[in-house]
Order: sequence, then C-alpha cells, then structure tokens
Amino acid sequence: MNKIKTLADLTRIKEEYLAKSQDTERKGVSKGKICIKVHMGTSGIASGAREIHEFLSVELEKRNIDAVVVRTGDMGYCFAEPTIEVTLPGEEPLVFGNVDKLRADEIIEKYIKNGEFVEGTIPVNYQTIN
Amino acid sequence: MVKYRKQILVCSGAGCKSKQGEEIIDNLKLELEALALENDINVIKTGCFGLCEMGPVVKIIPDDVIYIKVSPEDAAEIISQHIVKGQKIDRLIHVDPVTKKKVSGSSDMAAYKKQIRIVLRNCGIIDPENIDEAIAHDSYLALGKVLKEMKPEEAIKIISDSGLRGRGGGGFSTGLKWKLAFESKSDEKYVVCNADEGDPGAFMDRSVLEGDPHSVLEAMAICGYCIGSSNGLIYIRAEYPLAVARLKTAIQQAREYGLLGKDIFGSGFNFDIEIRYGAGAFVCGEETALIHSMEGLRGEPTVKPPFPAESGYRGKPTNVNNVETFACISPIILKGASWFSSIGTEKSKGTKVFALAGKINNVGLIEVPMGTTLREVIFEIGGGIQYGRKFKAVQTGGPSGGCLTEKHLDTPIDFDNLIAAGSMMGSGGMIVLDEDDCMVSVSKYYLDFTVEESCGKCSPCRIGNKRLHELLGNICKGNGTLADLKRLRNMSLVIKDTSLCGLGQSSPNPVLSTLDNFMDEYIAHVTDKKCPAGQCRDLMQYFIIPENCVGCTACARVCPVNAITGERKEPHLINHSICIKCGACLEKCKFDAIIIK
Repeated sequence: MNKIKTLADLTRIKEEYLAKSQDTERKGVSKGKICIKVHMGTSGIASGAREIHEFLSVELEKRNIDAVVVRTGDMGYCFAEPTIEVTLPGEEPLVFGNVDKLRADEIIEKYIKNGEFVEGTIPVNYQTIN
Repeated sequence: MVKYRKQILVCSGAGCKSKQGEEIIDNLKLELEALALENDINVIKTGCFGLCEMGPVVKIIPDDVIYIKVSPEDAAEIISQHIVKGQKIDRLIHVDPVTKKKVSGSSDMAAYKKQIRIVLRNCGIIDPENIDEAIAHDSYLALGKVLKEMKPEEAIKIISDSGLRGRGGGGFSTGLKWKLAFESKSDEKYVVCNADEGDPGAFMDRSVLEGDPHSVLEAMAICGYCIGSSNGLIYIRAEYPLAVARLKTAIQQAREYGLLGKDIFGSGFNFDIEIRYGAGAFVCGEETALIHSMEGLRGEPTVKPPFPAESGYRGKPTNVNNVETFACISPIILKGASWFSSIGTEKSKGTKVFALAGKINNVGLIEVPMGTTLREVIFEIGGGIQYGRKFKAVQTGGPSGGCLTEKHLDTPIDFDNLIAAGSMMGSGGMIVLDEDDCMVSVSKYYLDFTVEESCGKCSPCRIGNKRLHELLGNICKGNGTLADLKRLRNMSLVIKDTSLCGLGQSSPNPVLSTLDNFMDEYIAHVTDKKCPAGQCRDLMQYFIIPENCVGCTACARVCPVNAITGERKEPHLINHSICIKCGACLEKCKFDAIIIK
C-alpha cells in the first residue's frame, strides 16, 4: 500500500473513495446504490444485529436488489437496538429501530422497494458538525 | 413505483406523544378516509425528531416540510390545504426568532435540535474497519494539518483556547495538561489513552472505540507531536473484546498507510501506538494507578505530585487523556478553537456524551452541548421515565458522583454546576431512578462497588468504606439508629479528606448526597423501620386482607416455604416467621388480597 506523505495524498484517497463508493457522503446525498448500514457495536450485536446483517445480505441478493450492506458501530440508540440505516438514492438516510427479521422484511418490501415509510423510524434528532 | 403520493410523518417521541400526538394521527387518518385518500397518502408514527419544544411535530414527505406545534384540530387543514391543494400552512411553520425567517425544511430545522454530535460524529456512520471510509470522513486531516502547518506550541494553543476539559471525570484543562507535558524535558515521553471505562452504566468510550477508532488514534498522534512523544499506549479493559479487535485493525491499517510509524506525512515525526490490557479494576482509571498497571505493577495509585506530566510511565513524562477527550481533538483542529468554545457554557466548552441508563425510556448514548438542563436530557431526549412513573433522582458520575433530584432538573449541566449540586460529571453515566428506588439501597449499591474496587492501599478507603457499607446494610435491615446517620456523615467526611486517590476521596459521595437530598428516607428506615420505596426486603411484610381473600388457596399453593395457611373458602394467613418475602403470593393473587406493609 502506498504511504501517505502529503495532505494531497490524503485528499486523493478521500476523493477516490467517495467516487467509487456507493456510500453516502455525510450530508446524506446518495450516489446511486442503495446503502444499508447495520449498527454493530457490542450492544447492537448483543441484540441480534449480526443476524440482521446476514438476513439483509442474503435476502437483498435473493430479491435482486442492488444494495450494499455495511457494518458500522452503534449510534447510541440502545433502547431500539438492533438499528439499521437505509439510504435510498437521492434520499436522506433513514434509521429504523427494533429491527427483527419480520421488520427487516417489511423494510425491504415497503421502504426499499416503494419508498414507503414503516413504523419504528428514528429521525435524525441531532445536529451534525459539517 | 411509489405506492403513496405523499407521506405524513407524525412524531411519537415522548414529548410529542404527551401533547396529543396520537390524536393527531387518528384525525389525519379520519380526514384522509373522508376524502378517500387513504390509499394515496400514508400516515406513519416515527421516533423523536429532537424538536420536542416545538412539538408535536409533523413532517410531510417528499415535500420536506416540517410543521410545529400541531394540534389534533389542525389535521383537517393539513389535509385540505397541504395535501389536497399543495399549499404550505404558514401558521404551523417555525419562524426563527432572530432572522424572522420561516423555516420548514429538515436541514434548516436541524439547528434547533438539542443534540450535537462531535465526539459521536462518525459512530454508526462509517465502517470502523475501513480506513478509507474514515479518511473520506476527514480522519487524519487534522493530523496532516498539524504536522505540515503548525508548531507544537501552536496546536497546543488551539486546544487551550478551545476550552476543552478532560472528559474522564476531573475536568482538567486538556490544553494545560499538554502544555505541562510539552514543557517537561526528557528523551522519551508517552501519550496514554485511558480507555479503562469503569463507571457502572457508562459506555461512551466503548462506543467511540467500536464506531470510530481512527478518531482516537489520530488525536493521540497529534498529542504525541504536540508534547514531543513518539510512543502511544492505549490502556483498555479486556472486557471490551470488540473494541480491542477494531482498535487493532485500525492501528494496522493506519500503519499500512504510514499514518502511524516512522516519518508520518513526510514530516520526520515518528509515532506508534500499542495496546495495553486492563483487567477491569475501577481504580486503574485513576491515572497514576493506570500507569503502574501498565508497568506491570499492582494497580495502585500514588501521591501526586509528581504528576504524570513530569514523571509517569517508566518515570518519563506522560500525558493521559480519556477516549472522549481525544475524540474531540480533530474537530477542534479542523474547525478552530472559537468554533468549539462557542458551544457550551462559560467554563465548560463543547459537548458531552451521556450514557442514559436505568428507569428511562430511551436508554442509550446522547451528546448534548454543555449547559443543557437535566430536564431536557431526561424528559425530552431521554423520553421520560419508564411506565409513566415519577422521577426521583438521577445518579451522575458513577460511584464517585452523587444524585441530583427534582430541584436540580433545571440546572444547566456542566462541570462546575454538577459539583455545586453535590455530584460530578464523571465520565457521563446517568442512572435514572424512579419512585420505586430506595435511596439507602442505592448508596449501599455504590458502596458495594467501592468496597470491592478499593485497592486497599490506604486505610480510610479500605476500612472506612467497609464500615460505611456495614452501617448502610444495618439501616436497610432496620437495625440502624439516628446516631448511625450522624456516624455515616462524619465517617464519609473523614474518608473524603484523608484518602490517597480520587477513588477514596469520592467514594462517600453517594452517601453524602443521598443524606443531603433524601434524609427523610433514611429517617424512615431508622425510626419507623420502613422503606418508603418498598425495596428493602427486611423492612417489609406481606399481609392478607381478610375481607378481600376468598380462600382460593392459590397463594398457599405457590408459597415455596409453606408460610400461608388457611381453610378452603376461608381467609388465609401468612406466618411471618416462616415467610421469606419472595413475593410469589402477591403475583398469584387475583383478588388484590395481599399487600406489602
């Protein structure tokens, strides 16, 4: 791997990553693919996030939905774990709480396929610093 | 493809719900049905928008319009005006008090939200095991800037000017700490990250390490450059296996990019980080004890001075900062000291992460500007007390802190206000207690913890806390006297004054603070031999009310010790000398015939 020697190197990695990434920038403007983040810190995993991660990966492929499923740390919504964040192209990221397999299925069928909201969403209730 | 033309999101967070949020939903649905629009427009409950003061909040998608202070009567207008005619309803739109502008879009409304995420900026947002993603979110940019463009003194000045204070508990100025370590002359210095998060109920450090480990590595390297150290050590408890694993991956990835190691950013500055494991001893969160533990010695504190900044790890100048403190560093460098110091109160700048636990609805991590009141934290962000019970107190600062009661609800939370209120910031654990919690038992619980965790080096802490614990145990058993209460206070004060380290000096705080705020409960325990919260098992007895008892024998059959006797269809009786107060009969009785006195 090339070592980073200048600030320009760092910026290059950032830009390359953002360009190739289907992920969102922090502002929440998606660039194409559907992105699902499964919050997998200790408390997420303890309440079943790992199974949800697997379920989503398998089911999205089965249902021919082009999406990336990413593992992240927890957002701090311990009261609603496991939580996942779904970003549809051009939409703001949306966090869903208390996700079990049933709800994950509902999220795929309703929100991901049709943009239809389901109960259990947690709106962004904080200010970001960028 | 989209089934619904528009969707109406109604906040059902605790704040909005209590202001008729549910009725708004019902009315909206009724209005839609009246116009046969229910298959065209979706109405859905969501979690809290963080705009509780302006609640109930209704958001319309895809128009991105937020209506505030909506009442159930407004439902008709929302449907007829906005949904049918597509016109915004001006009177339900927020007007900024300063600019007088109408604000309705969610990005514009963000500024009114109570929480600001600085420390938790990337938690849940980035993949912690992918350094490219971290870099895409500006990790290591601050390190690059410092190494390329600043002298150590300049960077230290930014940290000092920002007003950042240590987030581990003490609240010591981080800039000053760095300056002292910078000024110590030595061939070798150390940067230590204190990740020995020991307060019961606090887990913010774990979340940061699990969600955004690079923020800590970067800040440690910045600190290394500032104080002139090339060795970083992270002291983390082995009970955090996931955090350890993610840290290891992060360190490895940073080394591969040359962001740790030799000649970082081609500046000639070398810095590398190693992990040291703690065995989960509370006292090892104290910096001198932590250093001894890393040296392979017993985790016992030593007298300061000498401060670690002069003589710490292996006798070399050492700077110890907490995880959360480090996580604040790069945003300060990137956005400037005045940005950081514009957030918070006069003497406590920035934000603080709190771990809400106990009898609160929204258990979890929150990050709010210093100066947010306890009421906002507990009743708005935290969603209030579980099952609608009454708030009694909140324990902050863990075993070193105290409890804050109803009268402190409107106190802005910062380092100094909490100390003035008889508690402390600590690492930011907040354990919320409701009317069913016995305050004597709570202070006994914390003493349990301190007695267990005392290293035993100095006698006030080793023996004093043990005696305090015994006294509290006696009081809970109904064997206490009024003289014991006096003894409790005196002994607490002596322990505070004479203990060697922070653990002992703060261990009686839960006792003192409950004595100050809940003297009536202590008195009830010693004079009336009653526990008002009904928690102390030795002070309660189960009784059967003969008038209510139908003699169904359900209680007698469920009693594990056969303490209940009585004929069928006759009132039963509990033999108190046999009863073990397990409560099984109370649960079983369908006739409300069993009570606790």
